[in-house]
Amino acid sequence: MRNKIAILVSSIVFALSSTQAVKSESITLGWAAWDPANALVELSKDFTAQTGIEVNFEFVPWPNFADRMLNELNNKGKTFDLLIGDSQWIGGGATYGHYVKLNDFFDKEGISMNDFSDATVYAYSTWPKGSENYYALPAMGDALAWAYRKDWFDRPELNSEFKAKHGYDLGVPENWDQLYDMCTFFQGREIDGQVRYGAAINTERGSEGITMGVTAAMYAWGMQYENPSKPYDMEGYFNAPNVVEALEFYKKMYEDCAPPGHSDAYMVANLDAYKSGQVAFQMNWYAFWPGVSKEDADGRVTGFFANPSQKVSAATLGGQGISVVNYSDKKDLALQYIKWFAQPDVQQKWWDLGGYSCHKDVLGSPDFVNSAVYAQGFLDSMGIVKDFWQEPTFVELMLPMQEHVHDYVVNGKGSAKEALDKIIEEWVEVFEADGKL
Amino acid sequence: MVDTSRSPTESSGFSRKLAALIIIIYAVVTLIPITWIILTGFKSVTSSITYPPEVFFEPSLEGYVNLFTTRTRQSQEYLEALPPPETWYEELVRSREMVIAGPSKFFGRYANSLIIGFGATFLSVFLGALAAYAFSRFKIPLKDDLMFFILSTRMFPPIAVAVPIFIMYRKIGLGDTHLGMIILYTVVNLSLAVWLLKGFMDEIPREYEEAAMIDGYTRMGAFFKIVLPQATTGIAATAIFCMIFSWNEYAFAVLLTQFNAQTAPPFIPTIIGEGGQDWSAIGAGTTLFLIPVMIFTVVLRKHLLRGITFGAVRK
Amino acid sequence: MKNKIIHKAKGLSDRAVAWIFITPTLLLLLAINIYPLIYAISMSFTNFYANKLGREIKWVGLKNYAKILGKEAIWERMQITASFMFWTLLLQAIIGLSLALLLNKKFKGNELLTTLIVLPMMLSPAVVGVFWTYLYNPQVGLFNYIVNFFYDFGSFDMIGSSTLAPWAIVIVDTWMWTPFTMLICLAGLRSIPNYLYEAAEVDRANRLQQFIYITLPSVLPFLLLALLFRGIENFKMFDMVVELTSGGPGSATELASIQLKREAFEKWKTGYSSAYAVILFVTIFGFGNVYVKVMNKIKDR
Repeated sequence: MRNKIAILVSSIVFALSSTQAVKSESITLGWAAWDPANALVELSKDFTAQTGIEVNFEFVPWPNFADRMLNELNNKGKTFDLLIGDSQWIGGGATYGHYVKLNDFFDKEGISMNDFSDATVYAYSTWPKGSENYYALPAMGDALAWAYRKDWFDRPELNSEFKAKHGYDLGVPENWDQLYDMCTFFQGREIDGQVRYGAAINTERGSEGITMGVTAAMYAWGMQYENPSKPYDMEGYFNAPNVVEALEFYKKMYEDCAPPGHSDAYMVANLDAYKSGQVAFQMNWYAFWPGVSKEDADGRVTGFFANPSQKVSAATLGGQGISVVNYSDKKDLALQYIKWFAQPDVQQKWWDLGGYSCHKDVLGSPDFVNSAVYAQGFLDSMGIVKDFWQEPTFVELMLPMQEHVHDYVVNGKGSAKEALDKIIEEWVEVFEADGKL
Repeated sequence: MVDTSRSPTESSGFSRKLAALIIIIYAVVTLIPITWIILTGFKSVTSSITYPPEVFFEPSLEGYVNLFTTRTRQSQEYLEALPPPETWYEELVRSREMVIAGPSKFFGRYANSLIIGFGATFLSVFLGALAAYAFSRFKIPLKDDLMFFILSTRMFPPIAVAVPIFIMYRKIGLGDTHLGMIILYTVVNLSLAVWLLKGFMDEIPREYEEAAMIDGYTRMGAFFKIVLPQATTGIAATAIFCMIFSWNEYAFAVLLTQFNAQTAPPFIPTIIGEGGQDWSAIGAGTTLFLIPVMIFTVVLRKHLLRGITFGAVRK
Repeated sequence: MKNKIIHKAKGLSDRAVAWIFITPTLLLLLAINIYPLIYAISMSFTNFYANKLGREIKWVGLKNYAKILGKEAIWERMQITASFMFWTLLLQAIIGLSLALLLNKKFKGNELLTTLIVLPMMLSPAVVGVFWTYLYNPQVGLFNYIVNFFYDFGSFDMIGSSTLAPWAIVIVDTWMWTPFTMLICLAGLRSIPNYLYEAAEVDRANRLQQFIYITLPSVLPFLLLALLFRGIENFKMFDMVVELTSGGPGSATELASIQLKREAFEKWKTGYSSAYAVILFVTIFGFGNVYVKVMNKIKDR
């Protein structure tokens, strides 16, 4: 354990000389700072052992992730050789030349996109959507899901009280109405001498938080961004009555079920509220479930379920592909990493360590569904995922959505229809400026 | 209305005591937030999120350990299989069922703040002193206009010029570099440096250098050998003000740096522990970040007014 | 004359020295301040996007300006900024002046207390923003605890509530910057010569009259100067508020600078945001100039 001291000491030296410290045979990988990133560090030790190439990591906290990384790309920065960028960046990455196109490399190395789950290839790798132009290898499958306090649900006295009131048992909610019943049941309830609340849901304003929450409801209500037969025609689709209803429902969830002060919350805040025992439910990404269940070895405290349906079954897509940054001086080393990462046995270990592999060999293996309590839910969710716009202009599309949804849900300004109308209005402007309309 | 109108010399004993009392109360109230954040740095993570807030608590260095390390959570079996911890901080981390994965970025960001802060301070004080001397001693055409021009650059909203600077820096490769930030902060500080130093130099009698020049010094020689030493106090005060500005600056730092040259202010808000905002680590980071400024404030107290008003008001 | 001859012989002329000393400063300011400003102005007439390289840049004339001035959202942000400025300046003027008046009674420990009170304004606004989110936390925050200790409002959320959030930023700014007005007012008070009061005493003016006719007029120019500085700073306000509320809830505390940052560095609408920046710059410069004129008139009286 002497090396731990060495780490601390060398960190000082390293920090001082961080610009020069990068060895010639090393690459830098950028991702968000969260549980799966630690698993990737662990996994990458094998790569270093096999090839002698050091992998340095730069993990950015989620609230700043998009801001900092996109800034870096727009600055043509050379910090990163590899970037695990969010699914919505793929359009910009391809169009503005930030990412290296991988088709030739895949052909040469015999990496087939057919080995990866179709939904993930579509979501994380291709641009334009549905084409066979690949700008990333699916790295981390993810979708928005829910965790609940199974230990509270299992208490007979709570269950009978709930049943008397609503006529059915406490359990995994079948739809959003049931979810709402259960959340309000726990809201303000005292359990073991502590006041508890309903659900920790996404409400963050600064990056993408509230959009990633409210779309979970909207998709379940059957929302479509645009006319399927006429692209970018949003009037009557994105502001259709079912979407209005979903948005109103989400506001009701925020007002009646969220813990106090939960007005600017995303992944970490939801986890925090859940772990500290404040809430019965939390909405979050699958990425966090390995961490949550690690603390609950016998599985008595926490249960997981996929996004409930309402009118249709759907879930908000998360997750990322891994791309080679075009400005890097070490693209060959970066490609070597991708080649290594794409191997089935590496992918299997990736899942074992807490990452979400997208490889069909891993997902299709008979052991997969029993390897974790949330594995089945993950498979189900990945079959029904929907994503926000992946257009090159996605940030311009995200910001008005964040603003007007937050203004309506948290700030209580205007009506749901007005909020959606305003969003469409700004989206039209963006598409017009981009020449799509 | 309390007796506030009297000249200081004539205030009655009672009103003076009352004034002192009110001021003391204000000082105590206004220092609560700072004190609280420093205290939070010495709390354990759990004690930092208890309600009601704990005023008396068992001090812990968890915040500082978390500030300087990254950690990963491990299962009980994994921890039991490890050899016993050798250091107190490892033991602390283990007791939270985690292991140290490596150092955090805090030290690097803090070092960046120092490098950029000192670099920019040196440059702006040096260039500022030259310009201030010229403005103070020589007849310069349009002197007042030039002085006002220098001051007016301070009024630009940073974000208004940040985009063009971003594009310029991208072209010449200065984006996200120490040098780029040093140049930028130098320029922002220059207006302050020139105005302050001009005031200080005005106070140095011209006779000193004139005498020196009669003794055979050139103008340059007189400036470096006679004037600069006379202005030491002023230069020191100016330097500290420039340092504080660079130290505290956020808008440019957050917009123009990402990984390489990022300073501490944009970094501290992003200190997030496992499963939640790690308030004790943020408290620890904030404390370490505030200490230099607090010391400077005490050192500077005589020049404070001059510094914050660009010399427009002198005490 | 004699001097001149001496150093002409021995070194550079004064004039040369003067220009050598001034030029680096002017060049740097031109390169990093004026050039970007001109660049921003010229970009403001185009549809340039700094992230979309290789895309044709078109001259759009005044379209960006027309778009901005016709946008309701922009006027909303201006209103938010104006009310933030109004309340912070008002509070800082009242509290700052009162503190200065109190401190002006020279009591023991005066110097030390002034230094302590001044501390908040020396801190980094962004870091201040961060730790106030902790103090404002509705569940564990000290601020909420203290408020509820004096009067039990129940649970309230300074940052999440649309009515309280604008006050949350006003409180923090006032906490941080009141010492600034205080210091400047104090300098004003200390500059009042004693004989004015002695003369007033002879004329049998009572204390209130002395305050209204001597103290207030003498300190007013200083107070106005302090407010000018604060006004400029708060018009540019970005760091503290971004870290505290990030403009939320919704857009309740989204000041003009924060919106500008989002347009410029998140949406990358470079042309459009440059026009916005120019409008903000002209506004602050215009108001600043008018204010200085008024201030000078008051001073002359």
